[in-house]
This record gives sequence, C-alpha cells and structure tokens, in this order.
Amino acid sequence: MKSKIEKSVKRIKEENPESTVNDKWVLRLYAAGQTPKALTAFTNLKKIFEEQLKGKYSIEVIDLMINPQLGGEDQILALPALVRKFPAPVRKIIGDLSNAERVLVGLDLLPGS
Amino acid sequence: MKKTEHKFLNKTLPKSPTGIQGFDEITGGGLPKGRPTLVCGGAGCGKTLFGMEFLVRGTTQFNEPGVFMSFEETNEELIKNVASLGFDLDDLIKHKKIALDHVHIERSEIEETGEYDLEGLFIRLNYAIDSIGAKRVVLDTIESLFAGLPNQLILRAELRRLFRWLKDKGVTAIITGERGEETLTRHGLEEYISDCVIMLDHRVTEQTSTRRLRVVKYRGSMHGTNEYPFLIDENGFSILPITSLGLKHIISNERISSGITALDKMLEGKGYFCGSTVLVSGTAGVGKTSIASHFAEAACKRGERVLYFCFEESPSQLMRNMLSIGIKLETWVKKGLLQFQATRPTNYGLEMHLAATHKAVHSFKPHIVIMDPINTFVIGDQEIGIKTMLMRIVDYLKSNQITALFTSLTANEGTLEYTDVGISSLIDTWLLLRDIELSGERNRVMYVLKSRGMAHSNQIREFILTDHGVELREVYIGTSGVLTGSARIAQEANENAKLLTRKHDIERKKREIERKRRTLEVQIAALHADFESEESEAVKMIETEQDMIKQLERDKIEMRESRTTDDENITNKNLKK
Repeated sequence: MKSKIEKSVKRIKEENPESTVNDKWVLRLYAAGQTPKALTAFTNLKKIFEEQLKGKYSIEVIDLMINPQLGGEDQILALPALVRKFPAPVRKIIGDLSNAERVLVGLDLLPGS
Repeated sequence: MKKTEHKFLNKTLPKSPTGIQGFDEITGGGLPKGRPTLVCGGAGCGKTLFGMEFLVRGTTQFNEPGVFMSFEETNEELIKNVASLGFDLDDLIKHKKIALDHVHIERSEIEETGEYDLEGLFIRLNYAIDSIGAKRVVLDTIESLFAGLPNQLILRAELRRLFRWLKDKGVTAIITGERGEETLTRHGLEEYISDCVIMLDHRVTEQTSTRRLRVVKYRGSMHGTNEYPFLIDENGFSILPITSLGLKHIISNERISSGITALDKMLEGKGYFCGSTVLVSGTAGVGKTSIASHFAEAACKRGERVLYFCFEESPSQLMRNMLSIGIKLETWVKKGLLQFQATRPTNYGLEMHLAATHKAVHSFKPHIVIMDPINTFVIGDQEIGIKTMLMRIVDYLKSNQITALFTSLTANEGTLEYTDVGISSLIDTWLLLRDIELSGERNRVMYVLKSRGMAHSNQIREFILTDHGVELREVYIGTSGVLTGSARIAQEANENAKLLTRKHDIERKKREIERKRRTLEVQIAALHADFESEESEAVKMIETEQDMIKQLERDKIEMRESRTTDDENITNKNLKK
C-alpha cells in the first residue's frame, strides 16, 4: 500500500510541476464546534497522514461556529469536511474519515477501486 | 372593539404578503409567516422567479430583507437573469437588503467516509440570515442535494431538521422543488413541508403555452383552489384571480351613446347601458368594425378612454380603413384617449391573453374596451376554454364598470344567432348584422337581437356605410320580403308613382260627383217648375169648381125661394090663425 501511495504522490507532483510549497500538502478540516464527529475526524486524519505523509502536510482546522463566513469559500455543506487545497485539484471528503482507504482514494492518493 | 380585534388576530394565521400581483388575493394575504412553503413545478415554470420576486418585493415593499440560497444558478447568473425583469439585485445586495448565496455541490469532488451532517449548510444559511437581518429565505432548488450527496438517509434527516430549524428561526421560507412523476416533488419534499404547497404549471395545448398556479394546500387558511393563470413579463409575476368575483357587479342605469344616432333610437333613443357587454356579430364584411369604431369615436368625443384590442388588423390599417367612412381615430390616439393593443391570437395561449387583457386594462384604466374580433381565439376545439376566458374578461370588465364591445364573425352557413364562441348568455346587448342578397346585389341589414333591460326596437334596418359613417334606413317589407339597396329605391319610386295615380283618381272622382250633383240639381229645379205649374192649374180648377158649387147653391136657394112663396103665405096665414 505504501508503495502505491508513493507512486501516487510522485504522479501528483509531476502533474503540478510549478508547485512552490515544497511537497507540502495543504489540508483544511472544517468543523462546527468540538462535536464528537469533528474530533473523530481530526484524530482519523492525523492518524492517516502521520502514517502516509509524515511531515509533508499541514492541517488547518476551521471552526465555522467561530468563522461562519469561511464556509462559502470551499462550498461547505456537510460537516465535518476535509478539503485538499494543495496540490490541485481541490478534493473534498465529508464524514468522520473513519474509513482510511476511502480517504486516500478521495484524496487521490490511491486509485479508486 | 379592541377585544374583537384581538380575537380576530388570534384566529387567523399571520401571513407574509408577497407583493406578487394577485397572489395575495388568492391566499388571503400571502404565505404563512414564519413557516416554509413548498413551490413545486416542472422545468421552466417560474419557480426561481417566484422566489426571487417574493424576496425583492418583500424587501422593497414590506421592508423584510431576504436570503436567496441558490443550488443551481451562480450569483452572477441570477443577477443577470432577474435584471430582465426589472430587479436590480446588485443594488439591493449593496444595501444589504438581499443576500445571495450560491451553494455548489459536485458529486465527483466529494467522497464520503463515515458520519456527517449538514451543519455547514445551516451555518452558512444562519450566517447569511444574520448578516442582513433577513425575514425571508428562498432555497432554490434544495433537491440538488440529492444528486450531490450519496447518503439519502442522512440527507432526509437533515432536511427535516433544516425545515424545523427555519421555523424556529421564524423566517418565511420558500423551498422550490422539481416536479416528480407521481409526487409533487421528485424527492418527496412535500413530506417535510406541509404548511403550504403551491404548484406552478406550464402547459402547452394546441401549440400555445399557458402558465398556471394552484395552491395545493394551505394549512390553517382559506385559499382559492382553482388553477389561476399567470404570466411572467417585464414586471414579474401577475396572477389573475378573476373568477372569484361571482355575479355581484354594481350596475349602472347610465346610458351611453353607440355613436350612431339611428342605433341609439333603436335602443330606446339612449344607447347602451354603461358597463354592459355588447356583442356585434355578423358575417364577413358587414361592418362590425365600423360599429365598433363609431362607438370608440363617440366615447373619445365624450372624453372617455377607450382600449381597442385588434386581433386581425394592425392599428394603422384599421385607422386608415375607418378614415374611409369618416372616422378619424388617429386624433384620439394622439390625444391619448384611444389605445390600440394589437396581438395575434395565436401569439400565446388563452390564459396569457386573459392576463394581457387584464394587465392592459389595469394600466390604461379605460371606460370602454373593444375586442375585435373575439372568435379568432378559436384555434382547434377549445370552446370551453374560450368561453371561460371571455367570461372572466366580461366579469372583470363588469366589475370595473367598463363597457365592453366584442365583435364576432359568424360563418355564412349555420344560424346567425350562434356565435362560434358560445358566449351569447354573457351578452347584454346583441346587435346582429347580416347581408341580404337580392336582385343582383348584396346589402347589409342590422337588428337588435337582444338588449337586456330596455324596450329595444324589433325592426330590421338597412345598414349603409357612407363617407360620413354608418347610416341606418328603414327597409321595405313587400310581398317578396325585405327590400334593400336599389330594390328599396325602386320600390320607393314605385310607391310614389302609385300614390300619384291614386291622387289623380280621387280628384277625378270628386269632379264627377260634383257634375252629378249639378245635374241632379237642374233636374230638381225642372221638376219643381213642373210641379208648380201643375199645382197652379189645380188650384185654378179647384177655385172654378168651388165657384160652380157656390153658384149651384145659390141657384138652388133662389129656385126654392121662388117655389115656396105661396106656401109660405099659407103657412103664415095658418100661423096667424
């Protein structure tokens, strides 16, 4: 599985040659307050990325209860939602990210089944 | 007083007026305040526009700002689309009277893993509502979520929560939904929004389309249940609740001239009733439009406003044609008293015509409406539709005290007392024009078939178009029937000749009698003379006779005297003794 992911990472890099953020993945996790679902999602996300892309990612958590105006930018409806801001294209995953494989597929790190 | 008012308020459901023309009338005040309403219908039936107009009118007329959450069109598209209807959304957004929020959802971009909810949507909506203090919300079309989110269970639960939340928030909301196969909406939204359901419809019959609106349900309120035609034009929606009026028109005893003196004479010398409906029917080319134009001109001369719907001729053609009989309509058009509305009946459906009529009448506020002719509406077999439409028009005009004149073309075959559109029962005064073919020419005649509420003439009049307008002449009814045109003139000459002969005859007779009398008198005189001579003769004879008798008497006496002298003496002697 690891090799597959590395391959995908390589491919994505090739597709984005002008990337300036130096391999770093930019992720955004939207939540509305510290709900159990949001906390689960954050834990799951951490776990997946620590395993697969350690040190090569950054996660920005946005609480829409505090900043409701930010929801429009990424067209957020369902919560919790994970948005891959970089590399392009933008990808969205909704739910508590409990299924690691689906998350990886959703982030284009694994080819869809 | 205050107490009853309080009671009243408690009983009725508070409503949020939409400001949409006609809609507040059929719903008795608008949409249920603080509750969601479902507006459903097929593609292109005007759901988005209905929602948008609700917001725009809400904020401009009732000072209730609104949020439009669009799931289909982007903000830019929306602004452009409604600009064509005269709504300046940009300005309203700038002044924080309306907030647009475009929710874009793309299935291919979304992957779901595990539990989620739609709190994000709630937050966005809440944020938009709070940012402008909105009282009204439109969600157009929330069903797009079904395409974007795979988990229907979660979605349905969340929608239920959303509508509950909208109620708690106290906003009046419109939720639009695409019409489903057998359900009102494709995804059964009516299950969640059950306070008020409005259905929009866009039907095409006989190649013409008609938009209709129906209030399917309205919890806790009376509402009109019919399908109401509506139209969308440069001023937005207008819905026509015309049939709700019933037969309670205020009637007038005032009379107005038909513009033709002789025709007025046939109608008790006063003309039509003000606010009545006049039908002029007849075969082709009998002068229906001329009668209509006369009426229009007369009204304009009185300073009244006339709205003329022409469905066959263009206004300029009509004005030119009427000039030939001395009616100058153009001056009145310039003065603004006469307005033409020229449309082809086939342009749009009956309901649209009704709506257009309604609108034109509403904006021009005429005293008189002329529709020339009405039977061009007959396209295919939809007599009932036309009848209902005309009934609505008549109703509407009557309730506004507008006198209406319709013309109707009747086919040559078939009875004349029959109109194609079967509206005779709606008509107060019915003038029938027909032509009579006799001795090689065709002449027009006219009579009043009916005229409610007046002792109208039962006479047939010949109808002549002259360069100074319509003239009505009495017709001759001879042994060969009604005589018109040159036959009438011939008959007139004939009658004159006969009259002259009779006059001569009488004079001759008079002379003869005079002569006879004179002869008689002479004879009488002669007889008198005869008689007199005979009489004198007789008198003479009688006298002679009498003389003779007297003489005879005398002679007798003398004789006796002479005979008895002796005797006497004797006697005397004896006596002495």
